[in-house]
Amino acid sequence: MRQRLVVIGNGMAGARTVEEILARGGGEKFSITMFGDEPYGNYNRIMLSNVLAGTDDEAEIFLNGLSWYTANGITLHAGTRVRRIDRFARKVYADDGTTTSYDRLIIATGSRPFVPDIPGVRDAKRGFHQGVFTFRTIDDTRNMLRYARGHHSAVVIGGGLLGLEAARGLQSHGLDATVVHAGGHLMNQQLDPQAGAVLKRSVERLGITVELNARTTEIRGTEKVTGIALSDGRVIGCDMVVIAAGIRPNTEVAQAGGLVVERGVVVDDQMRAVGEPGIYAVGECAQHRGQVYGVVAPLWEQAKVLADHITGADPTAAYHGSRIATKLKVAGVNVASMGLKGPEREDDEFVVVAEPSRGMYRCVVVRDGRLVGATLVDDLSKVAFLMQAFDRGLPLPEERVRLLFDLGAPSAETSAAELSDDAQVCNCNGVSKADLVAAVKDGTRSVTGVMDTTRAGKGCGSCRSLVAQIVEWAAGGETEEDPSAGWYVPGIPLGKPELMAEIRARGLKSVSAVFAELAPEGREDAKSKMGLASLLRMMWAGEYVDERDARFINDRVHANIQKDGTFSVVPQMKGGCTTPDQLRRIADVADKYQVPLVKVTGGQRIDLLGIRKEDLPAVWADLGMPSGHAYGKSFRTVKTCVGLDFCRYGLGDSTALGIALETRFQGLESPAKMKLAVTGCPRNCAEAYVKDLGVVAVEGGRWEIYVGGAAGAHIRKGDLLATVGTAEEVITLTGRFLQYYRENANWLERTYAFVPRVGIERIREIVVDDADGIAARLDEAVQASVDAYRDPWQEGREPVTPGQFRPALPLLVVPKP
Amino acid sequence: MTAEPHLLGRLDEIPVGEGRAYTVGGEQIAVFRLRDGNARAVSALCTHAGGPLADGQIDGDIVICPLHQHMFELATGCSTTGRPPLRTYALHIDPDGHLFVHL
Repeated sequence: MRQRLVVIGNGMAGARTVEEILARGGGEKFSITMFGDEPYGNYNRIMLSNVLAGTDDEAEIFLNGLSWYTANGITLHAGTRVRRIDRFARKVYADDGTTTSYDRLIIATGSRPFVPDIPGVRDAKRGFHQGVFTFRTIDDTRNMLRYARGHHSAVVIGGGLLGLEAARGLQSHGLDATVVHAGGHLMNQQLDPQAGAVLKRSVERLGITVELNARTTEIRGTEKVTGIALSDGRVIGCDMVVIAAGIRPNTEVAQAGGLVVERGVVVDDQMRAVGEPGIYAVGECAQHRGQVYGVVAPLWEQAKVLADHITGADPTAAYHGSRIATKLKVAGVNVASMGLKGPEREDDEFVVVAEPSRGMYRCVVVRDGRLVGATLVDDLSKVAFLMQAFDRGLPLPEERVRLLFDLGAPSAETSAAELSDDAQVCNCNGVSKADLVAAVKDGTRSVTGVMDTTRAGKGCGSCRSLVAQIVEWAAGGETEEDPSAGWYVPGIPLGKPELMAEIRARGLKSVSAVFAELAPEGREDAKSKMGLASLLRMMWAGEYVDERDARFINDRVHANIQKDGTFSVVPQMKGGCTTPDQLRRIADVADKYQVPLVKVTGGQRIDLLGIRKEDLPAVWADLGMPSGHAYGKSFRTVKTCVGLDFCRYGLGDSTALGIALETRFQGLESPAKMKLAVTGCPRNCAEAYVKDLGVVAVEGGRWEIYVGGAAGAHIRKGDLLATVGTAEEVITLTGRFLQYYRENANWLERTYAFVPRVGIERIREIVVDDADGIAARLDEAVQASVDAYRDPWQEGREPVTPGQFRPALPLLVVPKP
Repeated sequence: MTAEPHLLGRLDEIPVGEGRAYTVGGEQIAVFRLRDGNARAVSALCTHAGGPLADGQIDGDIVICPLHQHMFELATGCSTTGRPPLRTYALHIDPDGHLFVHL
């Protein structure tokens, strides 16, 4: 008969342990019952930061849905808390009134947020004060997301990993975020003061305010939160407060049940509660050799040992503690830390290299020839080797600096081969190099396929490049991948930089010339034409040889094709400003051509929809206005607010600057469309924070420039590129950024993907600081494109090709409204 | 060629690499002038959502519908993106550059 196994806790520790037990044939040995506090299956708690930031859906972070429990014959009591353990009668009592007997019991109750006793944090009626949140569960995350809507500023108490993630997540929903940290530097558990200072700088660059040595003495507000007070007397106004001041193990049930509890449930090397042969504890609630772990990695080892032991698969299995090495992306900044933060003994060797201005910090601590500590901020290229050296005590290079830079120590590329088989590659899902190799041996030959089958890289994603290296190494370089993934267009087997170099070297100025010289067998490819046309026009400006068949229909007739084959016509209205005369002409055109729909667009222009192709030239002539470019992969429009002249809050002349930007960059071709905005104050009426490039006037006559924002299918707040003193500087930096984007972005890659791919720091180095010395060249190149501009609607007077405006659906009757 | 030829016009009325639409006997036909000097004719409406194929981009082999980027082989009319096929028409160009379609 099967033994009864009861698991208290359905989080990552409980569920992972059960997975390991099932993997060892435990399903035949035990009938399993699980109790979970939360009314769900189990999910990857680490990924809640991504859910908060909006980069993952809730559904994506679930590890096992409810069907998994059914499929494995597990009885799950979700949303049910165990109140009492009777270790003599071998029963657990749940708060739904049920009593469950067990032969073996696993306690995996995890932790809860630690909430300091700050006056005002709680409310007698509703638990927490309205606007106060913790950040631990899916429900916490949902509540924060709901409350963030319609609120503008958040204070996060706690400058550890979770606090920084919360601040970054809320910021991505448009809130001003301040991190209030009682310690002297950020992430003081993992980092030394110098590394913490580097991290602070990087975090502040993202627009998050950081207050150090700041003890919160009060949460203010009567009905709901209005701010916090600090011990130095300062008050910080805010609409919501997130408490991320650490965690405490949930040990009450174990303690009341008579188990030995210190900081956690005390366990031996088989994860058994001391003196209790049938009771185990695992995860954050367990204390092993004096250590309570608050990170996920040790849990995988504990779960394996527990499963080996309880199923009898390996009776000698023993847990000896974990050497904690973490590799994280904290609020967008890469951080890795292991072991000591700095030297502790007189003869400890300590090598540190810091470049705070570029957000880089690396250090190692060596004792008796072994690596006992390392910290990396920003660049993690050396992390795989360091983690292995730390974990296994590998011999180190004589020149210690080689640990930090590629002077001869194994590079990230060679380390795939040298990594030992049991080295853990994915710390989120506990996947080792051997697991990856096994998946490849089983026939999965693509990186994405291996990631799907092993779940490696499906957590925080920071290990994905190493996963790819290992898969490539294991497959002997025979990974199956769409080879065209790295090409600029599918018809030419070259990435963008190589393609541009070839085009320049061979002087190819037309799309047909590119096909003839660079395509396999000189074969033209319809899918590649538009991207090549855009690239060549950007590279050659006025010298580009324009072949009309390379253009998409919108660019052939300068209007946006609609589902019925008619077109939409959007005349230019710079900065969204118009005149009575223009409005009269638009109204007359709408009457004369019986325009079915006249619509105000999101870009502050007027759209005439349902225009027949053959009418386009006459419509343009009657409008007497230039093209608004609402159809191409190009500079679209600059949205502005009313700015200085009328608005009582206006700080800068946003309309004048918006008009100047649109006048200068109108119609500029680019890899994808570019939508801009200028707003006259941080109230952001023109939505400048979510534009490809947005300009915000701030107090003191200054302008902030944000890049990489989006508010379409993808929503992203732009990154602050620079704050400048004059409109001229805005125009210069805008041109330089747009040109850098034009030259380096992939075809159809919007700035919201391009900016994070390159990194805002790198873009700032190039565009603002001119670290690469190419600023003058970029300025010249964009000037050449500006000079080559010509209003395409002038083509209405004299068609460029025969039948340019002939109907493509001759029998079509345009439906009337 | 069994079908009766209809004069569409001159080939050079179609720009190189582009398409133009014609109506012959109540049928709408998209005719494309390839860069190699040949021409191809297919039915003018995309079988997916009625998009105007004469406005599509082509290469030597396929046309891409401008509405939802479905693709069809110009020589056979077959879709490479899983849509029903187009009808194809035989074309004939006389020595003076006149273009005829056979229905």
